[in-house]
Amino acid sequence: MNARKTEAEYTWKDMEIGCIVAEPGSSQYYRTGDWRSQVPRYTFSRCIKCGVCALYCPEGCIGPNADSHFEADLFWCKGCGICARECPTGVIGMADEEE
Amino acid sequence: MGKKVGMEVSLAIAEAAKMANTDVVAAYPITPQTHIVERLAELVANGELDAEYIPVESEHSAMSACLGAVATGARTFTATAGQGLELMHEVLYVASAMRLPVIMSVANRALSSPLNVWGDQSDLMAVRDTGWIQIICENGQEAYDNVLCAFRIGEDKRVLLPVMVHVDGFYLTHVVEPIEIPEQDKVNHFLPSFSYPLPLDPDKPLTMGAFAPPILFSEAKKAQEVNLRAAKPVILECWAEFAKAFGRQYKPIEQYRTEGAKILLLTLGSFGETAMAAVDKLRDAGQSVGLLKLRLWRPFPFEELRQTVGRAELLIVIDRALSFGGPGGPAFSEIRSALYSEKNRPRILGFVGGLGGRDLTVAEFEGMVKRAQEMKPSGAEQEFEMYGVRE
Repeated sequence: MNARKTEAEYTWKDMEIGCIVAEPGSSQYYRTGDWRSQVPRYTFSRCIKCGVCALYCPEGCIGPNADSHFEADLFWCKGCGICARECPTGVIGMADEEE
Repeated sequence: MGKKVGMEVSLAIAEAAKMANTDVVAAYPITPQTHIVERLAELVANGELDAEYIPVESEHSAMSACLGAVATGARTFTATAGQGLELMHEVLYVASAMRLPVIMSVANRALSSPLNVWGDQSDLMAVRDTGWIQIICENGQEAYDNVLCAFRIGEDKRVLLPVMVHVDGFYLTHVVEPIEIPEQDKVNHFLPSFSYPLPLDPDKPLTMGAFAPPILFSEAKKAQEVNLRAAKPVILECWAEFAKAFGRQYKPIEQYRTEGAKILLLTLGSFGETAMAAVDKLRDAGQSVGLLKLRLWRPFPFEELRQTVGRAELLIVIDRALSFGGPGGPAFSEIRSALYSEKNRPRILGFVGGLGGRDLTVAEFEGMVKRAQEMKPSGAEQEFEMYGVRE
């Protein structure tokens, strides 16, 4: 599959033989963020950069941001709230998704 | 010229798979397909066929193993019948959607219940929409020839689809017929070696059979539909090449004594042989009757049907399967639908007969022609009948 296109841009002619995915790791181009009904909100002043949220994230979408605070990439974040529950210092709260 | 030998049709089908140099056979024996896979197991055990024979525990596993084999680029053959075809049903859709050209002969059989192992096309009709190319054979020579053709068609880079070669259980599988077996080098020349364009390979990882969310699924199905329809010219090309190589020409719909015929019978499979004898008798008696024999079931030959039906006034479709509570036999229903938009379409009537191994004789085909002329055109209820049922 051509990773340059989003799934919404694919036509039937773009389908690989038998829908084979010939590019390893191309699932990273699949936006799961729009499945979300809740979104994480951060109070980074309380973040101790322990990375527990990243360890628990079932999507693997949490990593250090420019300030080395751990933050979810909203392209993939499904808003499950596990990070908010596991964070030992209460950095993360879940708010309703308004997108 | 190849050698003409008296051979059981099941063994001829196995011989075709052998001469195609099949790499993998994964199959589960079931009446009336048993002799085909029994023979293939024997050929592999004797070292006459250099293939992997996978003795699986069910037909579901047989088809699953075949998919894996084709995905590595192996030429793969299997066979089944009736209940076995039903047990592999869900995997049939996977084979076509994943574009894995498994070649399979189906010894058509009735579906339980009551338990019945005999010839019937209920199994064939139940897998109509699985996305496979489907060829229906009338005799043993066609079965041998079309197994060879099936490999060439299915494995063609423009096609890459699984192919079913249907043969009526017992009526074909268990009879000995004179069958011309060509020389091996001519078969090798006709049938190029198989290479799957995106095979399973540890050095080039791929994802096969991934999921597709609603935003992609319709595009995947459209691609599949276009692909199956586009297989038709390749099938015609293959049959033309086959005729050049071996002298026998196959068509999507065969015509028998249809010149100027006002009444046409249409049959699928081995019924064609009996119906030809009935047409001869009716023609001798001065009746304007001809016969159409449908060989290519999927992709459906719409243009050929319209051409061959021509100016006939009455078309009688004989099904060996029933669509319960529906419009009649499945072939009847499809053929009527295919001709619906024609300005000069004939009156189309259907008979369902020969279920579960019941013979339909020459006299009964004559009887159907007579009965069809008596049937009044008064709504769907009157447009098909089960023939030969005791009241």
